[in-house]
Amino acid sequence: MRKAKAKGQKRKANWIVNLVLGIICIVWFIPTLGLLISSVRPAADILQSGWWTVFPHRQWDTVSQLKLDRDTDLRKPITVNGKTFTDDQLKAGVEDGNQRLIWENRRARTLDVQEKKWGASTNFTLQNYETVLGGKQYKITQPDGTIKTEQGSGMGRSFWNTIAVVIPSTVIPIFIASFAAYAFAWLKFRGRNIFFIVIIALLVVPLQVALIPILRDYTTLGLNGTYFGIWMAHTAFGLPLITYFMYNSISQLPKDLFESAFMDGATNFTIFSRLILPLSVPALASISIFQFLWVWNDYLVSLIFLGSQPEVQVLSMSIANLVGSRGNDWHLLTSAAFISMLTPLAVFFALQKYFVRGLLGGSVKG
Amino acid sequence: MDVSKTMDTRSNQRFTPKVILLSILVPLLNLGLHTLIFLFFRGSDLPPMVNALLAVIWGLAGIYSIYFSLNWVVEQYPDKWKDRVIPYVFVGPAVLLLGWLLFLPTLRTLYLSFFNADSTQFVGFANFAAVFTDRLLVTALRNNLMWVVFGTLACVILGLLIAVLADRSSFERLAKAVVFMPMAISFVAAGVIWKFIYYYQPGADQIGLLNAIIVNMGFQPQGWLSMVQPWNNLFLIVILVWMQTGFAMVIFSAAIKGIPEDMLEAARMDGAGEIRIFFKIMLPVISSTVLAVTTTIIVFTLKIFDVVMIMTGGQYGTEVVATEFYRQLFMYQNAGYGSTLAIVLLIAVIPVIILNVRQLKKGGSL
Repeated sequence: MRKAKAKGQKRKANWIVNLVLGIICIVWFIPTLGLLISSVRPAADILQSGWWTVFPHRQWDTVSQLKLDRDTDLRKPITVNGKTFTDDQLKAGVEDGNQRLIWENRRARTLDVQEKKWGASTNFTLQNYETVLGGKQYKITQPDGTIKTEQGSGMGRSFWNTIAVVIPSTVIPIFIASFAAYAFAWLKFRGRNIFFIVIIALLVVPLQVALIPILRDYTTLGLNGTYFGIWMAHTAFGLPLITYFMYNSISQLPKDLFESAFMDGATNFTIFSRLILPLSVPALASISIFQFLWVWNDYLVSLIFLGSQPEVQVLSMSIANLVGSRGNDWHLLTSAAFISMLTPLAVFFALQKYFVRGLLGGSVKG
Repeated sequence: MDVSKTMDTRSNQRFTPKVILLSILVPLLNLGLHTLIFLFFRGSDLPPMVNALLAVIWGLAGIYSIYFSLNWVVEQYPDKWKDRVIPYVFVGPAVLLLGWLLFLPTLRTLYLSFFNADSTQFVGFANFAAVFTDRLLVTALRNNLMWVVFGTLACVILGLLIAVLADRSSFERLAKAVVFMPMAISFVAAGVIWKFIYYYQPGADQIGLLNAIIVNMGFQPQGWLSMVQPWNNLFLIVILVWMQTGFAMVIFSAAIKGIPEDMLEAARMDGAGEIRIFFKIMLPVISSTVLAVTTTIIVFTLKIFDVVMIMTGGQYGTEVVATEFYRQLFMYQNAGYGSTLAIVLLIAVIPVIILNVRQLKKGGSL
């Protein structure tokens, strides 16, 4: 059967491949698209209609109104234009030919006569973003028409907190791990094997295992809720993987390189900072992206070691709090979530090239 | 201790009092300086942005200056000692941090797991017996198993499929970027995104995509995350698959590109179909990569926390070990149960640890 598949068949496969892959990509993209669209829709619209209604679609549009007799008995069948309907039918909307009848105002006995038309809900607003970013008060029109004043959550502060947490938590472990990886790869010392085995074993230790004792130590030392405390926590949790990754990269450098540098009287520190670091830039870049994304997106570690005091709260925490405290404020949730996605997405797309290259050099060969 | 043979004449061969003094002073100075800076930050009321920038500068400059100053001290040592001590300066910070924040805590957690809720009384294996009989905790273990099996399988299979398809499609870069993108999104933001997919409300008007689809097809809307237990876990697992498949895909894609083209060409010449080539040639060649990715995702799914916490808070029968751990520890203040759950996670990854170390031994790193 497969023998029949000659060259002609391959082009056909390509067409199928493109189609299947295209469908997968659309499925993959839809959730994010939904968030993006929802985040620029007014609060009332988000709660009333799905985000996909911003695309042109067939929807019921009211073309005229019917006024029934004011004292129509709703418990009996109701006669409209010579046909009879029940109250329940009219509540849900009942189709009659190509028209639909639905109560406009049940008490006033007015009915909407609707027809299917092409339409799209195209109300867009940036107010959600303003509310989320600024700490000011905003008036929001609720679905039922009342106006509610609410306090913006001031994501600006948590954005800066996130920066203060993420950048050192990315650079410090990479620095420490690279030094260690260099020593493991090229220096001889007592205890090298045992240290290395322990680090590799720690690679897969679930971080939950460490949380209780660290929390106790931090409470004793007063490190809870401080930047320094969370830097150290992220550093320790990231170290095994980064050390292993950098070891793979550094140990593959040619040996002659070191020998000639030693001949010239270079110290280990000089070799490391002048030779190893520049040569490992692709590996450093890709592991940095990993650590950056992981720390930026982390929720558990910040939840436990930083807590939710506004002075130190990070983005993921403030969104999670929004989910909890204002579960129905979709307009705030969506825009906050989108803001928190922007930085990692920008970093990822800017450094994508390094990412793949570094992975190629590191984990595939290793 | 035979120093005289190997010495060159550049530096002194004995410890002078000055060097000894320096070796004590420099670490102390480092400690003092950073404690002062730490105290400054803890008490500061600077605007968030300034605070963040200063903290970042402290983190980066601090880590560099520690290594630089320690290295400088060791450079003053007699040559023989220099070579002996330098490796420990390089690996020291990594080993100390991992020891303090990961290795010792693991042992301490193991110790705590034999004690009662407030760690005052030894209870032997009672906590373990409780964990494996308590209904909630057993559900958590079952759910974790579902996560590991279905989550990992789906990620690996989809990742392979997309990597192979992308390799032959005409929009490879775009497809890979789309599938990889969710990796850059936090679980918290992903939670918000997926609420728009799973959102449930009674009636015909739905704002959740999945319910809108099935209502359109004439079915009743479903509470995807609350009803239909235990299958609601699968809907949570879909979120993980959506986020992690990109990781598997990127690495598989790199591995597939590493397969020599003539090998595939030869198989095609012999009349092998594409499907057969995939199973008989590609899969065996990249098997070690598949194994590495599979173990990474298994470990990841074992620790799964954020998705469940954000989407359901572990209600409706969706609790996993990590969320139960969090609940035991912070809501019920039961350090005994909490530690035991963490240790259960650890036991579950021990096979992976052994596999890792064995792989290293094979590779000659030990």
